[in-house]
Amino acid sequence: MKTEALSKEELLLAFEEKINSEQKIEPLDWMPDEYRNHLIRQISQHAHSEVIGMQPEGNWITRAPSLRSKKILLAKIQDEGGHGLYLYSAAETLGVSRDQYIQWLHEGKAKYASVFNYPALNWADMGAIGWLVDGAAITNQVSLQRTSYGPYSRAMVRICKEESFHQRQGYEIMWKMMEGTKDQQQMAQDALNRWWWPALMMFGPHDGDSPHTSNAMKWKIKRETNDILREKFINKTIPQAELIGLKVPDTQIELLSDGSYKHSDINWDEFWQVVNGNGPCNAQRLAHHIQVHNEGAWVRESANLSGNLE
Amino acid sequence: MNNKDTQGELWEVFIQSKPGQSFKHAGAIHAFDREMAIENARDTYTRRGEGSGLWVVKSKDIVAVTPNEEGYFFDPSNDKVYRHPTFYEMPEGVKNM
Repeated sequence: MKTEALSKEELLLAFEEKINSEQKIEPLDWMPDEYRNHLIRQISQHAHSEVIGMQPEGNWITRAPSLRSKKILLAKIQDEGGHGLYLYSAAETLGVSRDQYIQWLHEGKAKYASVFNYPALNWADMGAIGWLVDGAAITNQVSLQRTSYGPYSRAMVRICKEESFHQRQGYEIMWKMMEGTKDQQQMAQDALNRWWWPALMMFGPHDGDSPHTSNAMKWKIKRETNDILREKFINKTIPQAELIGLKVPDTQIELLSDGSYKHSDINWDEFWQVVNGNGPCNAQRLAHHIQVHNEGAWVRESANLSGNLE
Repeated sequence: MNNKDTQGELWEVFIQSKPGQSFKHAGAIHAFDREMAIENARDTYTRRGEGSGLWVVKSKDIVAVTPNEEGYFFDPSNDKVYRHPTFYEMPEGVKNM
């Protein structure tokens, strides 16, 4: 039809014109391979993160300190699973099957947020994860609501709406602990100490070291750079910590006249170690996903059979 | 479809009003094949620039909840108030949350 008559240059021009005028790209629209491949990588990484992210919190369901907190934790983890499904569906519109995405995860070809390679050691970690890890994720996802790819954008809108309770439940846990005994206060501070830096790492490498940033910004897959998003998160989170008597584990913190904070840099050695598979829980997280996936194989097989009989 | 029917099949029509937004149900049309369905949908539902995107799906392929089972079908979520942000207590003066 019409598209066959156009050269690749003309198609690219029309594509970029669309992007520049803030129009969304939909699955059947022409798009450059690099755009498609970037989305395949980014959306699947995002989906895997939601699903792998269920593991550190799942660890605490049976040991939640009250029925109230157990119900909340279950609801939150159920949301993460659901968010994984929204994102896999968006990723599948790019022409890659869910089986393939999962295989790439299992083969180590696809990544997930490296923050989930840290262990959740005690109940205070449920507070820190909700407040900081979800807080960082929300900062990123609010920005991604304006991504140029339609299905990704719609998934983000849905996810942001649902996530609004995740961060609050985490902060509530931290606040209650800070109003409690000395031991509880120490637990909350210890959890903040351990999760602060991994949460900041969630935004990825510095813009200058981020191999994927330039096209992603040009084509509006990402709307704000890693560093800008990280600063936003830092600037809103430090006052939240101070309000309930917590101190972020960074001696360089200083409030500047423009309302932003001076702070130290991330330990990038640790960042790359964890990204490249050498974090405390990398092997465990992946092994668990593979095990559960294999154990569920018979369910998919029987469902397939019964579906075909209908 | 009854063998004597001569009107083609029923298709449900979904319109995306602006680029990037979700597709919303608009109504239905009759058509004999996919091409006719999308053209009939265009002619019936988007004569005034209502949409930037259009989907048609055969009505018989839609799976829906019937009104009389609506109550218990959606019941499991109604008592889970903690899924809403307003459920949580926040300290006085907290911002950006």
